[in-house]
Amino acid sequence: MATVEEKKMTQTEQESIVKVENLKKYFPIKGGILKRTIGHVKAVDGVTFDIKQGETLGIVGESGSGKSTLGRVILKLLDSTEGNIFFEDQDITKLNNKKMRPIRRDMQIVFQDPFASLNTKMSIEQLIEEPLLIQTDLSKDERKEKVNSLLKVVGLRPSDRLKYPHEFSGGQRQRISIARALAINPKFVIADEAVSALDVSIQAQVLNLMADLQEEFGLTYLFISHDLSVVKHISDRVGVMYLGRLVEIAPKKAIYEEPLHPYTQALLSSIPDTDVDREREVIKLEGDLPSPSNPPSGCAFRTRCPMAHERCAVERPELIHKGDGHYVACHLYDDEA
Amino acid sequence: MDVKDLKTYFYLDDQKVARAVDDVDLTVNAGETVALVGESGSGKSITSLSIMQLINKPGKIVDGTISLLGQNLLNLSDKQMTKVRGNDVAMIFQEPMTALNPVYTIGNQISEVLRKHKKMNKKQARRRAIELLKMVGFPRAEDTFDEYPHQLSGGMRQRAMIAIAISCEPKLLIADEPTTALDVTIQAQIIDLMNEMKEKLDMALLLITHDLGVVAEYADRVLVMYGGQIVEEAPKKRLFKESKHPYTSGLMESLPSIYKEEERLGTIRGTVPPAHSFPKGCRFSSRCPHAMDQCFESNPDLIQLDHEHSVRCYLYTDE
Ligand SMILES: Nc1ncnc2c1ncn2[C@@H]1O[C@H](COP(=O)(O)OP(=O)(O)OP(=O)(O)O)[C@@H](O)[C@H]1O
Ligand code: SF4
Ligand code: SF4
Ligand SMILES: [Mg+2]
Repeated sequence: MATVEEKKMTQTEQESIVKVENLKKYFPIKGGILKRTIGHVKAVDGVTFDIKQGETLGIVGESGSGKSTLGRVILKLLDSTEGNIFFEDQDITKLNNKKMRPIRRDMQIVFQDPFASLNTKMSIEQLIEEPLLIQTDLSKDERKEKVNSLLKVVGLRPSDRLKYPHEFSGGQRQRISIARALAINPKFVIADEAVSALDVSIQAQVLNLMADLQEEFGLTYLFISHDLSVVKHISDRVGVMYLGRLVEIAPKKAIYEEPLHPYTQALLSSIPDTDVDREREVIKLEGDLPSPSNPPSGCAFRTRCPMAHERCAVERPELIHKGDGHYVACHLYDDEA
Repeated sequence: MDVKDLKTYFYLDDQKVARAVDDVDLTVNAGETVALVGESGSGKSITSLSIMQLINKPGKIVDGTISLLGQNLLNLSDKQMTKVRGNDVAMIFQEPMTALNPVYTIGNQISEVLRKHKKMNKKQARRRAIELLKMVGFPRAEDTFDEYPHQLSGGMRQRAMIAIAISCEPKLLIADEPTTALDVTIQAQIIDLMNEMKEKLDMALLLITHDLGVVAEYADRVLVMYGGQIVEEAPKKRLFKESKHPYTSGLMESLPSIYKEEERLGTIRGTVPPAHSFPKGCRFSSRCPHAMDQCFESNPDLIQLDHEHSVRCYLYTDE
């Protein structure tokens, strides 16, 4: 068995399983009597990154920064406006539904509110069996066996099979969603605020479960959350989004210990911590998130950035590599003059 | 404010009784921030709604006293209580949109309160409302006065709520999850604002939250609630460094931190039992890793470890 260190080593050398290049998703804003398009919400605005086989990439950002849209576009639950999506080196951006079907098996998503995403009229057995029916040719007995083993994997009892979602607590329902997502042995799972609605003690149970499953099945996660502590706990690398753009992405340690982007720095400094002896210096940001339909010119963060200077208003900073897999999009770093 | 032996029960259809708040004692002094923490269903919100006497059927305050500046709020008539709610106690909720009236402008809603409770005329109320809006951080307060709630972002709405809440300079401000719906950078702004207002007006602040980080950062004293009861009370530093109750310790261990590297999070097994079927004995016994025989027999009392730290657990009752 490989030690944790060895595993991490091989991981960095490993192939990427998902790759996105300059990905964009604009939603039209309709207005007037003719319902013409009068503008666009740039929910995802030119995002590039890759996710390596077996790793967890965390995506953080405030509400409205485009995290969920990004997840949905990668899974092709939404069409992209521009850019490319690769899954295992295959460009899936333009694949139609039929061609996507075999690939869909490998990609699953778990949402925030397990109640809203589970059909309340179906029993737990039917819910977990559904993806097996659609995606596999397992016999009835095989399906039943698989359902039982999945329930066990996520820590529910086989006798829970015949119950309905409303008979479970939030944490248990989240386990059911996870069982459903795992039913057809996906390779890649997107968790979109998957633990955000849960109380901390229950959240910890689900996070531990997700870590165990990753180990057992070699899963790759894209873990989307607004909670930076949770993301730190579960991720290998972390990307920070602001107004549809990726402003920084780096291995976890680098993001949390040496954040480069002024936004990442402010975000981290704003998190209240339970260490009552720590003297924290909060970098206060002025104002609110601007509207994604009308983002500031140049650097989208400049209206709140304490370091903003002239160039920030005219030129959009691109992600540049600062070494050791640490990328940042900010003019403070793009020319060392 | 001094709450003693507060009991608020819900009488459910099937003869069951949900003891949502059961024997809660709670004191908040002027200029002090007291945090009430607990997971969902622990009874935090029902405690604050009881203080405001906003409990509706099938719920009922069945026992206790709630004294504010010497008068027992539970003895007041509805009319007197309405006056108290505007003047002496104000409340801020998690979702300001539900508390703000969507069809009136922000300025209108603040002026209304001032005219009703402070007997100001229209002009005075307008001037004061604009002052208040400036105070809570609206740079263009004159414009904001004429804006409607939907034109504001979540953080701005919460600021507007705070302006309304402090308009009558209440003695006690109750904030129920005031920042839960907000992003962290905005959360920091709002909590700072509440603290600043607390100091300016020498209010007592009761902060209700599930977020231990917020508690660690902003509270003076902390009460931990579980199953409708206070299970531990201590000054903030002592609670975070020497928590005694197994529930409090469990909560802290299950919390990931941005400053720590934890391989695996601690968990508390099981879930919060519903308020109509608490286990016999200690209400935490169904989840407690230290449960002993007597824990399943009877519920421990809240005992005083010293003048500022109390805990409800049999591990500490023996001498
Ligand atoms: N109208 C009601 N009828 C019956 N039971 C109720 C009612 N309102 C609340 N309860 C019960 O009272 C208990 C405490 O509820 P309360 O809302 O005070 O908890 P809380 O800690 O504030 O939760 P949250 O953090 O989710 O708001 C819960 O078990 C709840 O089911
Ligand atoms: S590019 Fe300019 S405005 Fe943007 S984060 Fe960097 S310094 Fe701030
Ligand atoms: S009284 Fe017993 S069950 Fe309750 S918290 Fe203490 S040890 Fe646990
Ligand atoms: Mg509540």
